[in-house]
Amino acid sequence: MPDFGNVQIPVGPQHPALKEPESFLITLRGEKITAASVRMGYNHRGVEKGAEGRTYTQDIYLVERICGICSHSHGTAFIQAVEEIAGLDVPRRAKYIRMLVGELERVHSHLLWLGVAGHEIGFDTLLMYSWRDREVVMDLLAAVSGNRVHYSMNTVGGVRRDVDSALAETILKGVDRLEEQTKYYIQVCSEETTVIKRLSGVGVVTHEDALRLLVVGPTARASGVARDIRKDDPYLAYDELDFKIVTSDHCDVYGRTLVRLGELMESYSMIRQIVKNMPDGPITVKAPRKIPAGEALSRYEAPRGEDVHYVKANGTEKPERVKVRAPTLANLQAVSHMLRDNNLADMPIVIAAIDPCFSCTDRAVEIDRADSGPRDRMDWGRLRAHGIDFYRSRGVDFTELNRSLTRRMKKL
Amino acid sequence: MIRPGAMFGTLIASVFRKPATHRYPAARFEMPANFRGQIGFIAKNCIGCRMCMRDCPADAIEIRKVGEKRFEARFDLGRCIYCAQCVDSCPKSALEATDRYELAGYNQDQLKAFFEAAPAPPAASAAQAAPQEEPSPKEPVPAPDPGK
Ligand code: SF4
Ligand code: SF4
Repeated sequence: MPDFGNVQIPVGPQHPALKEPESFLITLRGEKITAASVRMGYNHRGVEKGAEGRTYTQDIYLVERICGICSHSHGTAFIQAVEEIAGLDVPRRAKYIRMLVGELERVHSHLLWLGVAGHEIGFDTLLMYSWRDREVVMDLLAAVSGNRVHYSMNTVGGVRRDVDSALAETILKGVDRLEEQTKYYIQVCSEETTVIKRLSGVGVVTHEDALRLLVVGPTARASGVARDIRKDDPYLAYDELDFKIVTSDHCDVYGRTLVRLGELMESYSMIRQIVKNMPDGPITVKAPRKIPAGEALSRYEAPRGEDVHYVKANGTEKPERVKVRAPTLANLQAVSHMLRDNNLADMPIVIAAIDPCFSCTDRAVEIDRADSGPRDRMDWGRLRAHGIDFYRSRGVDFTELNRSLTRRMKKL
Repeated sequence: MIRPGAMFGTLIASVFRKPATHRYPAARFEMPANFRGQIGFIAKNCIGCRMCMRDCPADAIEIRKVGEKRFEARFDLGRCIYCAQCVDSCPKSALEATDRYELAGYNQDQLKAFFEAAPAPPAASAAQAAPQEEPSPKEPVPAPDPGK
């Protein structure tokens, strides 16, 4: 076979395997990936800037929408920072309810991932069955919070909905069924040739590399890095729960599968403890509308890893600055490392194995202009003008479109 | 033991099982008790404080004064994110989260919900102009006072 040398192929931003836009530049030699680079920034939504223009109450719902899967994680990470600045003493019952939703969310996220992983390796049977069982936890989340997605449980100073004893019964019953099914999936994943052969040795990150690349969450734990914010820097009431950090020393996608399945079992035991030990008392404390000046950093172990929120308050109803570091940003740089020396066909599952969430990750806009010296930061107005000029120079003018849309809206 | 077809038993068993999917829309869903669906307006409770408008993250609700202590409500169902924060913010329980969830429509008119003000007390109604009907679609709706 002739040697074509190195071939570069761009994959994405509209990627066949992923639902979110992200661009990968893959260098191939034959079928082997020799180099890969990841380019993000196709899904920037301006959430941080948007948060500055809204009140804290409104921001809860905005930051919750950073992610559709770990929405409670972002909401809680944000609200923890706000409550810390305001010096609020959140009731213990509220903390327990937040943990309950947090763990149910982790179960939902990991079962979802298991299905996606099955799909990416062509094992769609696993997808169908794990997603059928995910319905159980979705229904539980709906029973607790009211809705299946975007639980909106948090408010400044506590939670918005209580858990009564009938609901606690339902949760325990649901968890029993989920545990039984998860045991079955653990058995499938430790027996099924398709899974083991397809995932072992794929997307390897050694223990040393995991430490060097600063990966987080299940990706780190699957390389034997026992890091979990719930243990390392307990928030809510995680220090009152008995659980262990699930790790694996497989260092590959198979290890990441085993870690997530193990974490499901831990979460079930935690949910049981939470329901059993739920303290009595109020679920909110009165919170001021204006948060005193100050700043706080809050860490939260989201299903995908450590989620960091930074909030700076200036004494008004609106935050001065909100900064979000979603777990995928920490894991994304490891992806190009993982892809190296794998076959092109392994690319979808290697990327999926960090459970990426690209729209959660896209944050800052920083534009380097070659003609304006070393570093130039654009303010809001100039950035907007730059955007309009950018498209005009390419023959796209949205002015007329905007006008006609406005006219149509007015007519309605 | 590593073997292929570890899920084969489940597959066979599923043939004899009821499908896991729901027969929607033939069979309706029962919404959970806490469900946050379309927001309803109980006109007689409203005092026009506009706390709901102030806290709404999506700018989806508009309360307008139509007479002495009479307020009407307008919702943009396309903007509403069904967080029910307005229900929590309302001091007079004039808003409620209903279990209506089938809100999609074929045009934007169907995404507007309008709740009339409570009828004026008999003495006042004589003095007042004809009770305000829902404005015709042609009439431009004045921009809401954001109250922020
Ligand atoms: S449910 Fe939320 S988005 Fe909808 S009107 Fe109420 S506050 Fe606004
Ligand atoms: S918060 Fe309640 S009482 Fe106040 S304007 Fe809104 S609906 Fe009326």
